[in-house]
Amino acid sequence: MESANLEYIKNLTENNEEFERELISILKRDFPIEYDGYKLNIEEKNYSGAAEIVHKIKHKITILGFKKGYELASNHENELRNGKSELKDSFKKILDNISAFIKTL
Amino acid sequence: MMRCIIIDDDATSRLVLKQLCSKVKKLNLIAEFSNAIDGIKYLNTNKVDLIFLDIHMPNFSGFDFINTVKDPPNIILTTSDRYFAIDAFEYHCVIDYIVKPITMDRFEKTIAKLEKLQHKTSATSAQVSSNSANEMYVNVDRRLVKINIPEIDIIEAKGDYIKIKTETGNHIVHSTLKNIQSKLPDATFFKTHRSYIINLHKIVDIKDNSVLIKKDVIPVSRQNKNELIERLNLL
Repeated sequence: MESANLEYIKNLTENNEEFERELISILKRDFPIEYDGYKLNIEEKNYSGAAEIVHKIKHKITILGFKKGYELASNHENELRNGKSELKDSFKKILDNISAFIKTL
Repeated sequence: MMRCIIIDDDATSRLVLKQLCSKVKKLNLIAEFSNAIDGIKYLNTNKVDLIFLDIHMPNFSGFDFINTVKDPPNIILTTSDRYFAIDAFEYHCVIDYIVKPITMDRFEKTIAKLEKLQHKTSATSAQVSSNSANEMYVNVDRRLVKINIPEIDIIEAKGDYIKIKTETGNHIVHSTLKNIQSKLPDATFFKTHRSYIINLHKIVDIKDNSVLIKKDVIPVSRQNKNELIERLNLL
């Protein structure tokens, strides 16, 4: 299984520590809020609301190095827009991985 | 420097774009917005050359933005979704479509594409401007006839009409000398008399109060003669 990493961010920043810190602080600030919002929408079966949040989380998934995770997130977003949530458990594993990773930063 | 703005509801996306813009000297990032409405307000009062625009935004999408803005500047669409690409190129202002996460290599390719396009556009407009400076269209018998301005020898007033004599032929046009004079370059054309405008490059000689152009003797009024002499390259 893929796991979160900073490879993309490091390549992009080219040792610009200030930018790296700023990006990580946005991840730390926004991701937990989006994760909570996603869980709430899934519990409430508000799938269109959940799809919107998955869309926002997709960029964070990609910049943290999840390639397959991005495909899964896209498929999950599409199925939510069609009123289904079969991929929610697989998607949650990615979100949990990111949560754990962010706490180490 | 290209004045650019970013419109994206996601803070990480805006920051990544900000970092990428900072690496390209030609780009001057002047503002960033988390929603399209604020971007439209900004465009109403500020000159912007380029917009990095997210497609998928809540309430008002990137496509809504393009459809709302009158005469939008160049736009580079940035998105997490590949499937909007075909729709994107329906808009002539869209230069490129970049799928996130954006790498430096991909960003540089986009900027190179933009520069190439701008180069082509400026070359084309320079050509059009240069051509239009040397051409004039006149209405002759319900046809618009092109006249090459440097080929005009003489323009003569004839009542409500003017007669334009050129190297390739004559044209009778319903207009006035004053009107046509305003369309001609001052450095080349001179009004010698209330009924004549001449092309200074076509003068053969000047004698007393007249100039010879080809076989036509054109009168020069007393009050215009001094100015005519001043305009000539006298030895």
